[in-house]
Amino acid sequence: MDTSSDSNVSNLALEINDLVVEYRTYEGVVHALNGMNIQVETGKTLGLVGETGAGKTTTGLSVLRLVPDPPGIILCGKIKLNGEDILAKTEKEMQKIRGKVVSMIFQDPMTSLNPVMTVEEQIAEVIEHHESITKEQSIKKAREMLELVGIAGTRGNEYPHQFSGGMKQRVVIAIALACSPSLLIADEPTTALDVTIQAQVLEMMKNLREKYKTSMLMITHDLGIVAEICDMVSIVYAGRVVEHGTLEDIFDNTRHPYTEGLFNSLPNLADRKTKLKPIKGLMPDPSNLPAGCPFHPRCGYVLDICNKEKPQKIYRTDKHYTECHLYSSKSMVEGKVIGR
Amino acid sequence: MWKYILKRLLALIPVVAGVILIVYLILNIAPGDPARIALGDEVSAEVLHQWREEHGLNDPILIRYLRYLAGFFTGDFGNSFSPLQTPVFDEIMARFPYTIFLSVVAMVITFVLAFPLGILAAIKQNTWFDSISMFVSLIGVSMPIFWLGMLLLLWFSLGLGWFPSFGADSFAAVVLPAVSLGFSSMASMARTTRSSMLEVVRQDYIRTARAKGIGYGRVIRKHAIRNSLIPTLTIAGIQIGNLLTGTVIVEQVFAWPGIGSLMIQSILARDFPMVLGCMVLFTLIFAIINLIVDLAYAYVDPRIRAQYS
Repeated sequence: MDTSSDSNVSNLALEINDLVVEYRTYEGVVHALNGMNIQVETGKTLGLVGETGAGKTTTGLSVLRLVPDPPGIILCGKIKLNGEDILAKTEKEMQKIRGKVVSMIFQDPMTSLNPVMTVEEQIAEVIEHHESITKEQSIKKAREMLELVGIAGTRGNEYPHQFSGGMKQRVVIAIALACSPSLLIADEPTTALDVTIQAQVLEMMKNLREKYKTSMLMITHDLGIVAEICDMVSIVYAGRVVEHGTLEDIFDNTRHPYTEGLFNSLPNLADRKTKLKPIKGLMPDPSNLPAGCPFHPRCGYVLDICNKEKPQKIYRTDKHYTECHLYSSKSMVEGKVIGR
Repeated sequence: MWKYILKRLLALIPVVAGVILIVYLILNIAPGDPARIALGDEVSAEVLHQWREEHGLNDPILIRYLRYLAGFFTGDFGNSFSPLQTPVFDEIMARFPYTIFLSVVAMVITFVLAFPLGILAAIKQNTWFDSISMFVSLIGVSMPIFWLGMLLLLWFSLGLGWFPSFGADSFAAVVLPAVSLGFSSMASMARTTRSSMLEVVRQDYIRTARAKGIGYGRVIRKHAIRNSLIPTLTIAGIQIGNLLTGTVIVEQVFAWPGIGSLMIQSILARDFPMVLGCMVLFTLIFAIINLIVDLAYAYVDPRIRAQYS
């Protein structure tokens, strides 16, 4: 077992195994991640898809070891970044990793930038921190970064309030990419933007990813973005991956009822008269998760076993798996139970 | 920016005229006759009448107000009603340095202690340091100035004999009045600084800064403090105002020869010109401090700066 994982080290930019993260508040323990497993191959992009509250952002923050503590606690599990154990690092070592080896783009560009610092100062800050160059040089490099994300370098001495939402997100991306990190975590980078700007920002991220050969963890709830930019997809529900596979596996050989529900929630452009079929019910309260499979109260295919036992991983190919009681190893391959 | 400052300074003229009107009206309806207070009970009606005539008190209030206003804006602040008839301007200028000295020392105590206390309490939220400093500041905001002044007098002047109990003859004499004046302002500033720091450290841009790999201390210094200053400044302006009005009480408790005690004496003597002089001075200081606070906002926050230019 050890030898096989060692041989994988070289081609995995990020590997998270059985990660458990809790938020301990006065109201109770919030089970944010319950045995999270993800793998991002070097140079590839993994889409992390799920509803609000599924634990997507917590996953990203765990990699940077920025889960707010208190109340957040990384209880157990492993996070390996380019083969190195992140959870064993000291805070000092983490300060050399954040922004340099792994960067994160946050969801809301409106609030992600310091309102009282010029944008070039905010970009230069990360460059100055990781590269031993003078302030002038880092400002110059910051302006180059601005040009790279499509903002005139001369606007560097302006403040965030002088930029539109889309441009602010470009600045945030410039900060994240300023030290060419090997892994980029993008936490819903386009959710707060309007649709036309979304396309521009996505296109730009795709180009930059090619240019810097960056591995990417794309956190999103938008399957359109997934189809656009991801190589692999992990569907997350209640802090666990319920289905994982390549883009084709997930889109063409959907197995998990939750994944199916996500697709059914999308409008059908070919036939605009068809009604949307949203997934009934709400995300379970993460401080009070249902027993067995956490999806069973909302599942249309629910079996007797579903509220008693947690489902195990079942593989269709060596990359595509799901955690669902509906499948045996045989029916998983044949795909008889649900077919879209 | 200069245009803005000029506009604000010009706006002071109607403010001062309005303040004078209000003070004039209040003094007019307040019980007590300046003539009787100045001359005593055992003088005839003619003498009283003549005294009033000399001091212009027999004219209708509107005439008196306009006459005062005309004098005021040409630099004549009138003379005291006291037998010496000291010019109001001279008396105020003689006393003003004492009040400035007292409030500046109190201000230094306030700000030098309040900011570090508030910031540290926020960073070390829910530790013993936080609890103790917030408990002390709760006492500070709840205790009346005059009571604290009297307690300090009892302990440190009468009891331990470390500081003089009245007057302004030595540097040590300023300590007790300045502490009793500054303590409550310090306490409420510390509380505001703490809560605004706590608000700021939860902001997304703090997380962005930490995601750059910068150490927590530097994130606080470079990103959090400046942002937390914005709400704190508002309170700072109010607290400086409180310090000024506080001098009226503290100077009385410690027999400090400043504007505050002058004002109390003048009110008791119904020395109208002197009361007006003191009030106008306080008004001007208050207004100018508010202007400085507004300019400080613009310095700290580029979003506000953009509105001025």
